[in-house]
Amino acid sequence: MIISKKLGVSGLATGLLANAAAAQEAVGLDEKINQAFSDFTGPFVSFIFAPFPGTSVPWIVMWLVIAATVFSLYFAFVQFRFFGHAVSLVKGDYSDPNDAGEVSHFQALATALSGTVGLGNIAGVAVAVGIGGPGATFWMIVAGLLGMASKFTECTLGVKYRNEYDDGTVSGGPMYYMSKGFNELGLPGGKILAVLFSIFCILGALGGGNMFQANQAHQQIAGITGDFPGWITGLVFAGIVFAVIVGGLKSIARVTEKVVPFMGVMYVLAALVIIIMHADQIGWAFGQIFAGAFTGLGVAGGMVGALIQGFRRAAFSNEAGVGSAAIAHSAVRTKEPITEGFVSLLEPFIDTVVICTMTALVIIITQQLVIDPETGMYMLNEEGTAVATVDGNSGVSLTSAAFASAFGWFPYVLAVAVVLFAFSTMISWSYYGLKAWTYLFGEGATKELVFKIIFCIFVVIGAAANLGPVIDFSDAAIFAMAVVNVFALYFLMKVVRQELSSYAERLRSGEIRKFGH
Amino acid sequence: MTTKIVIGLDGTENGERAIAFAKDLAGRIGACELLVVYVIEWSPFTFQTPEENALRHKRREEEIELATSRIVEPAVQALKSEGFAAYGIVRHGDVAETLNAITVENDGSQIIVGRASADGIKKRLFGSSTQYLVMHADVPVTVVN
Repeated sequence: MIISKKLGVSGLATGLLANAAAAQEAVGLDEKINQAFSDFTGPFVSFIFAPFPGTSVPWIVMWLVIAATVFSLYFAFVQFRFFGHAVSLVKGDYSDPNDAGEVSHFQALATALSGTVGLGNIAGVAVAVGIGGPGATFWMIVAGLLGMASKFTECTLGVKYRNEYDDGTVSGGPMYYMSKGFNELGLPGGKILAVLFSIFCILGALGGGNMFQANQAHQQIAGITGDFPGWITGLVFAGIVFAVIVGGLKSIARVTEKVVPFMGVMYVLAALVIIIMHADQIGWAFGQIFAGAFTGLGVAGGMVGALIQGFRRAAFSNEAGVGSAAIAHSAVRTKEPITEGFVSLLEPFIDTVVICTMTALVIIITQQLVIDPETGMYMLNEEGTAVATVDGNSGVSLTSAAFASAFGWFPYVLAVAVVLFAFSTMISWSYYGLKAWTYLFGEGATKELVFKIIFCIFVVIGAAANLGPVIDFSDAAIFAMAVVNVFALYFLMKVVRQELSSYAERLRSGEIRKFGH
Repeated sequence: MTTKIVIGLDGTENGERAIAFAKDLAGRIGACELLVVYVIEWSPFTFQTPEENALRHKRREEEIELATSRIVEPAVQALKSEGFAAYGIVRHGDVAETLNAITVENDGSQIIVGRASADGIKKRLFGSSTQYLVMHADVPVTVVN
């Protein structure tokens, strides 16, 4: 997923980007580009990440959390009521054998997950726990559980209002439900929202979904092989991305799509093994999580600090409310759009509640965070900005150190995982960006090619330089997507409620039933 | 009552042998209907890119069209021209499970398939679709060598 330097805070930057220092110097033009760009985009970035008046919480975080809470209440906690049903759908219990060969619920879920599971789960959580202490984990889980309702809402609408073309292909996503949905309800401004969303989506795809990923992948590779110019990584990555999205070289994409879930499973298993190895401390770790959630246990900002970090990490890791998943899920051909909503609510659960929590537990349980033996409180680092860690690690290096305390070889696996996650996130976002592009400029091979080539050029730029302001801006663009998207969702949520009550009724009456397999 | 015999084709000459055997059998039984089935190997649990998902419906139609026009329809026409009652079905899925499911749905009394061609390591590890079909089918299965 995407990590903003704003949100990832300097802790991540120092850990991850230290290797980039030399590379940055090599790029002489970099400074000038940074300056010009930040002057131009600064106000927009500051606006998106501005704290809510009177608090230190960025208003965009509150925007997402409040939306998730509203949707949870409005749909009477659909994420818990239909959780079991969602699992049944993914298993294929309700799939008509005559529809076999279409995109399955499982495939749609896996595709959307490969776009969100990534660096956010590995590095972002370490940042959250490093700054907010163990208590951040609690709030992260709460935000993840609430975010399930946002995903449910947007993905149901994504399928309901997608475009199907004569050649059998589909295009869907927030821009389609904004224009078609608002039109259907007789509301004005749907088209304007759709255009705004598409612009932010393209910027977000080129930035957070591309440049940031390329940049982080390069840092990981350079961390193992020793430093070398980023444009080399960039060219190789761009070449591979080009082969996949322009050349239609499906084999590479297929390999990645198979390896990424494998990496994800391996990551969770490794985390589980470490947790089991420290079985006697599981109770203590959860005690720290609960105590920290409400007292802060001495972290900077106390309980509020833990809460902000937890909410931030969850909101930005699972993309609930951003609208990107609605694009990915629209490809499924189903007679019931709402089934895709049910399936998608599993994403924040897997991404945040399971994987992010695993990372946090491993960091806590391997005691990477330094506790004052006398007071039982967490000690702060010299600057007083974050919890002191055993080796002064933060970000990816903190996660890496936590896993390495049990398995010495794990950092290498983690580096490979980060590179692959970055690649799969880029492939996913190239598609999201493309859909927004074709919405603005129309479908057509040449128009699509133009975007794909621009996308590949940005891979090289992203890997070659540490364009801080560009990344800030592109992350701001992704969260600007959420501003537009959530705004539209408030108007369209009643459509989803009609679908939900109709479906629930038919499920109860037995009209919708499992197919005998 | 009409006996319904299901013939599973795999697009190779094994299918030809299965058809030949089925014709012989049908000729002996008399009132007999032949159901020609081709299963396109597919699993709902694979990993795909967003673009593959978006194109999936189109690909599926193409796959069904291809299997129908190249494999199933010629076989059905050939059977009909020889005076047999025959029709065809093409469906995606796991070969053995889907063949069995179609047979059960259509009240088939038995399944005839050709012996699967050797498939290297995968076959050694997991066994072939034919082996799986023989072990798990709900009706008698004849494997023609």
